[in-house]
Amino acid sequence: MTERSTEKEDTQSRGEGPLDRETFSARVDALMDRLYGTALRLTRNRDDAEDIVAEAIGTAWKRRADLREAERFEGWLFRILNNTFISWLRRRRSREDLEISSETDNDDADSGGEFSLFARLHQPFLLWWGTPEDEFLNRLLREDIQHALDQLPDDFRIAVVLVEVQGHTYREVADMLDIPVGTVRSRLSRARSLLQRALWEEAQDAGIRNVVDCPDGNPDRNPDNDRS
Amino acid sequence: MSHDHEISCEEVIERLFAYLDGELEDVSPETIDHHLAHCRDCFTRAEFEKRLRARVADSVSTSAPERLRSRVRALLDEF
Repeated sequence: MTERSTEKEDTQSRGEGPLDRETFSARVDALMDRLYGTALRLTRNRDDAEDIVAEAIGTAWKRRADLREAERFEGWLFRILNNTFISWLRRRRSREDLEISSETDNDDADSGGEFSLFARLHQPFLLWWGTPEDEFLNRLLREDIQHALDQLPDDFRIAVVLVEVQGHTYREVADMLDIPVGTVRSRLSRARSLLQRALWEEAQDAGIRNVVDCPDGNPDRNPDNDRS
Repeated sequence: MSHDHEISCEEVIERLFAYLDGELEDVSPETIDHHLAHCRDCFTRAEFEKRLRARVADSVSTSAPERLRSRVRALLDEF
C-alpha cells in the first residue's frame, strides 16, 4: 500500500471524505465559473445564482464524508448544486403559489410549432466558402446563446441545462424534479424548438442571418425563393 | 454488425435528439449509426445538432464575480 493511499484512508476514517480543506478549496475554485454560470442560467439572476453556489459549496463541505472517491468530486458537487437550485425553485414557486410542474406542462406554451435551425439554414448544394450552417455556428457568440437560453420558460431551460449541459439521463432528471420521464421528453422537445427559434431571432438581430442567407451581401435575396 | 431494420431519413430525424441524448427507445443506436454512415443529408444534420449542443454546453460557463469567490473563501474559513 502506498503512503498516499494510507493517508487517504486515514482521512476517510475520520469522516472527512477524500479531500482536505486545501484540496477541496482548490477543486471548488477551478469549477467556480461553471458552477456560477450554471446557477446563473438556471436562475437568470446574479444574486440568486451567487446564493445558490455559496449554499451548495457549504453543503458540499459539510457532507464531504459522503464523497467516497475524489475522482467523482465534480459530478457530486454539481448534483448538490442542482438539488440546492431545485429546493430554491420549490420555495420560490411555493411563495408564488405555483407547482414545480405546472408552469409549462398543462398548457400549450406557445412554441409556434416545431422549429429547426438546420432546416432553415441548410442548402442542398456545396458552396466554395463552406455551408450556411457552419457559417451560422461560427458567427454565433456565447452571449447570443446565453440570451437565447434565458428566453426559455423556466421548466424548459432547466431541462436543457440538466440534459444538454450536464449530461444527465432523462430518468435522473425525472427523479431530480419529481416528474414523469415522459414530461422530461416533452419539455426537452419543446425547449429545443424554442431555443432554436430564439437563436434564429438572435441571429437576425445580430445581422448574422442576412450574411448566412445572402453571402453576396444582398439581404433581399431569399434562398427559399431561389429553390421554389 | 446486424441492424434491426433499415430506417428512413424521416425516422432518423424524429429520433435524432433521443439518439444524441443516448435515450433511444424503439430502435438501437447501431441502427441510427448505420444510417448516418450511409446518408449524407442525415449525417450533416446530426453533425450540425452535435456542434450546436456543444456550443450551448460551452456557453454556460460564466466568469464568477470576485465577490462570490471571496464569499466562498470566507465560508470555508468558518468551518
